[in-house]
Amino acid sequence: MVRLPYLTALTTLFSYGLLFAFGQMRDFFRKLIDWSKSKGKDLKGYAPICLGLEDFYTRRLYLRIQDCFSRPIASAPDAWIDVVERYSNDHNKTLHRTSNTTKCLNLGSYNYLGFAAADEYCTPLVIESLKKYSASTCSVRVDGGTTNLHTELEELVARFVGKPAAILFGMGYVTNSAIIPALVGKGGLIISDSLNHNSIVNGARGSGASVRVFQHNSPSHLEEVLREQIAEGQPRTHRPWKKIIVIVEGIYSMEGELCNLPEIIAVCKKYKAYTYLDEAHSIGAVGKSGRGVCELLGVDTADVDIMMGTFTKSFGSCGGYIAASKEIIQYLKHTCPAHLYATSMSPPAVQQVISAIKVILGEDGSNRGAQKLASIRQNSNFFRSELQKMGFEVLGDNDSPVMPIMLYNPAKIPAFSRECLRRNVAVVTVAFPATPLLLARARICISASHTREDLMKGLDVISKVGDLVGIKYFPAEPPKHVEQDKKTL
Amino acid sequence: MIYERKALARADRCCCCDCCCCEGTRHLVVEVLLVTVILFQLTRKSYKPPKKPLKRRFEIDDLCEEWVPEPLHPPITEDMKVKPPVLESAAGCHTITDGKEVVNFTSANYVGLIGHEKIIDSCVCSLQKYGVGSCGPRGFYGTTDVHLDCETRIAKFMGTPDSIIYSYGISTIFSVIPAFCKKGDMIHMSKLIHCGSVLFFAFCNFQVFFYFKRNDMTSLESTLDKLTRGNKQAEKMRCYIVVEAVYQNSGQIAPLDEIVWLKEKYCFRVILDESHSFGVLGNSGRGLAEYYGVSIDKIDIITAGMGNALATDGDFFTGKVRVVDHQRLSISGYVFSASLPPYLASAAISAVNYLEDNPTVLTSLRSNFALLWKGLSDVPGLTIASHPLSPIVFLKLKKSTGSSKSDLELLNNLADRVLKEDSVFIVSPKRSVLDKCHLPVGIRLFVSAGSFRLVEESCNHSSGRASLRFLCSKPCFTVLICPFR
Repeated sequence: MVRLPYLTALTTLFSYGLLFAFGQMRDFFRKLIDWSKSKGKDLKGYAPICLGLEDFYTRRLYLRIQDCFSRPIASAPDAWIDVVERYSNDHNKTLHRTSNTTKCLNLGSYNYLGFAAADEYCTPLVIESLKKYSASTCSVRVDGGTTNLHTELEELVARFVGKPAAILFGMGYVTNSAIIPALVGKGGLIISDSLNHNSIVNGARGSGASVRVFQHNSPSHLEEVLREQIAEGQPRTHRPWKKIIVIVEGIYSMEGELCNLPEIIAVCKKYKAYTYLDEAHSIGAVGKSGRGVCELLGVDTADVDIMMGTFTKSFGSCGGYIAASKEIIQYLKHTCPAHLYATSMSPPAVQQVISAIKVILGEDGSNRGAQKLASIRQNSNFFRSELQKMGFEVLGDNDSPVMPIMLYNPAKIPAFSRECLRRNVAVVTVAFPATPLLLARARICISASHTREDLMKGLDVISKVGDLVGIKYFPAEPPKHVEQDKKTL
Repeated sequence: MIYERKALARADRCCCCDCCCCEGTRHLVVEVLLVTVILFQLTRKSYKPPKKPLKRRFEIDDLCEEWVPEPLHPPITEDMKVKPPVLESAAGCHTITDGKEVVNFTSANYVGLIGHEKIIDSCVCSLQKYGVGSCGPRGFYGTTDVHLDCETRIAKFMGTPDSIIYSYGISTIFSVIPAFCKKGDMIHMSKLIHCGSVLFFAFCNFQVFFYFKRNDMTSLESTLDKLTRGNKQAEKMRCYIVVEAVYQNSGQIAPLDEIVWLKEKYCFRVILDESHSFGVLGNSGRGLAEYYGVSIDKIDIITAGMGNALATDGDFFTGKVRVVDHQRLSISGYVFSASLPPYLASAAISAVNYLEDNPTVLTSLRSNFALLWKGLSDVPGLTIASHPLSPIVFLKLKKSTGSSKSDLELLNNLADRVLKEDSVFIVSPKRSVLDKCHLPVGIRLFVSAGSFRLVEESCNHSSGRASLRFLCSKPCFTVLICPFR
């Protein structure tokens, strides 16, 4: 959990207040100048398409540090990337690309098992499937968009995850947003973790069901909410709920924490609520054989009703899946709009996932999968422990490849990002609206393709920049050789 | 005397003082009382309405035990168990399903780019350089130079200032609209609009009006007039008209010139979905605006799926710079989701280049429309509901059986028979039960430019004919049609 010291909170609030005041002042002068120039003759009679307040944050806060986000790259998102250099002539309002690139250590991409770049086993198979099936089927799954590859992958995913059947989608975000309305509608209740991803929030809102939130990773609060809701029933009518679905994530991407799955499943079973587990970041990345949090925490997959995941992170492809019982999958294939109306997943991307899963399972005839899994576990634990020793405030649990480092102050976001880039390390900084306003952070994603030297370089740079920017909120551990000297004395 | 006066004066003063004192005391008392009352009120507890009687723990336990949830899915019916045909090769004009080569009308491969060597070559280069996935959202190192080049290329082709690409077609329309509409704004939509889009409007919190059935501009005009006349609020509200250039569920084409005239009269903005008209309509494939000769600046928001004419995946949005930039931070489907795989973006660039270099491909596409129209226009029992120039040929039943479910079953049987016996792959598009679409079901054929050669070949084969057996409940008659004669 994040412990925000009072002084830091005050200074952060003060910084935001100052930025807000400056922004309002500039908006005021902009209005004066625009009024005097009487601009916008061609838009007479139309209400402005973007209201002033809606994009205040974009114009006055985000644009100042725009160079820290959306950095284009000119290579595969592997352990080292070529970041394209950009320049601006108008104080970051517009950025222009140059043809120069800088080779940087990549600590930002979701490349957990290292399948992002061309792979010796996967890439030839992908190219073969591209030549056979072309880049797209131009059709929806239920019409003429299902190929052999799609059916093969659905069976393989079901087998890998440990469920009877699975269904594929071309995009992970749409998987959540389109499936939740198909599962529960008006008269149902969705109880969602307070830190769930935006796609789950959108899906829950669009379903028409009532939504309640329980405190992050707290089975006791979940139990309280369940008891209260079952006893009260639907709002106003007090009829009993049709069904209750509890939605949690395997690894929370902004906190790096693992879900308290065994306790939450026990609570859901006790109160007959259905469970929906979003394993976007945990499938393929955690667990002895990469099967996700269920394997890691010793939960039987039969106890989780719906398991969702994406192929973007650990498999180096795109798309998402839902794995559940045969009947649920049959029902979803008949009902879900994303399956009935959206173009089917691109066949080469499907082949990439098939090959990646075969490598992970060792079915390609080598032990590269086991090596990758061991590598990511060791890398994540090593990096996290070193960062904590240096005095950074690092969130997340052991074994999780996602580690956010708290920054808090808005000025530290661009400082950290730019200084790291200057030293050839590409990091990702996250601020509002992805995180709460006061809790800005830098998020590190470790990959199996990082070598020990890469990690040492990354640690060295982060330590220097951390000292410069002032984000070592905890006391650092004294280095070992000093302690040994003291012992000898 | 003086003393008396002084005494009198003193007495007077004393009286005055007394009066003053009396009045002062009275004031003081009143003020003290007031302060006491205020303090008393402040220290009292605030009024809280009486709470509902709390349930006791054992009562809650009982209720929890008694509660029985509905199953997660309804009972599985036979139509849910139906599996679609599985393709064993690329979904081009010819495809292989069940070990048999068939003529494919289910793939929106309008320009015939599936399997084209230039597209395949650019994808192979891209795969070798960038891998398959982009491993991150656009904001976090998921933007490659290919994405930016693709956006520039599309904007240049369409003649607009800027464009933005999304990683999945269906997410665009429901992500874009909430970014530009908030509570209190107005949206007018056609009843013909794609059902998938309608569903996603559930996410949005603004007034929605359905206005016309068959591209009826008079009904739209009267609705717009009613809403804007005398309504001062209308000037502050953002008002949009959402149309599809070619409607997926009926193959009709929106009358853009009339819509633009109405929009300028009533100060509405137009959102145009060109998924099935981009790369098809217009002399050079630039879509509906080119077809009608309307300037592209007059359309505020243009969006199109790249999974049709461009034979790749994803979606693009094009328009003014301010509008496009606003989306880069506010659209959740763009910000919180991984970007389009780079090889698909490079396929899009190659496809746009091909379209620009080979405008003659559109001529062969149009001749295929005419050919198919002519052949299918006099089939008994079925009627063509689509526009002659639409790339989607939509056949609906002349006389419905009574319910759309039985209509769909009939059409599915028809499609199965045609596939098994005549190796022609056609489908009746399925609808989700979550849809409230009232349009009639039918058979949808996507016409491709690549099938021109196929059509010629079929003419030379004696067995190149399609037969449609119209399965009625009583008489069963065979109709032989030859669209390729």
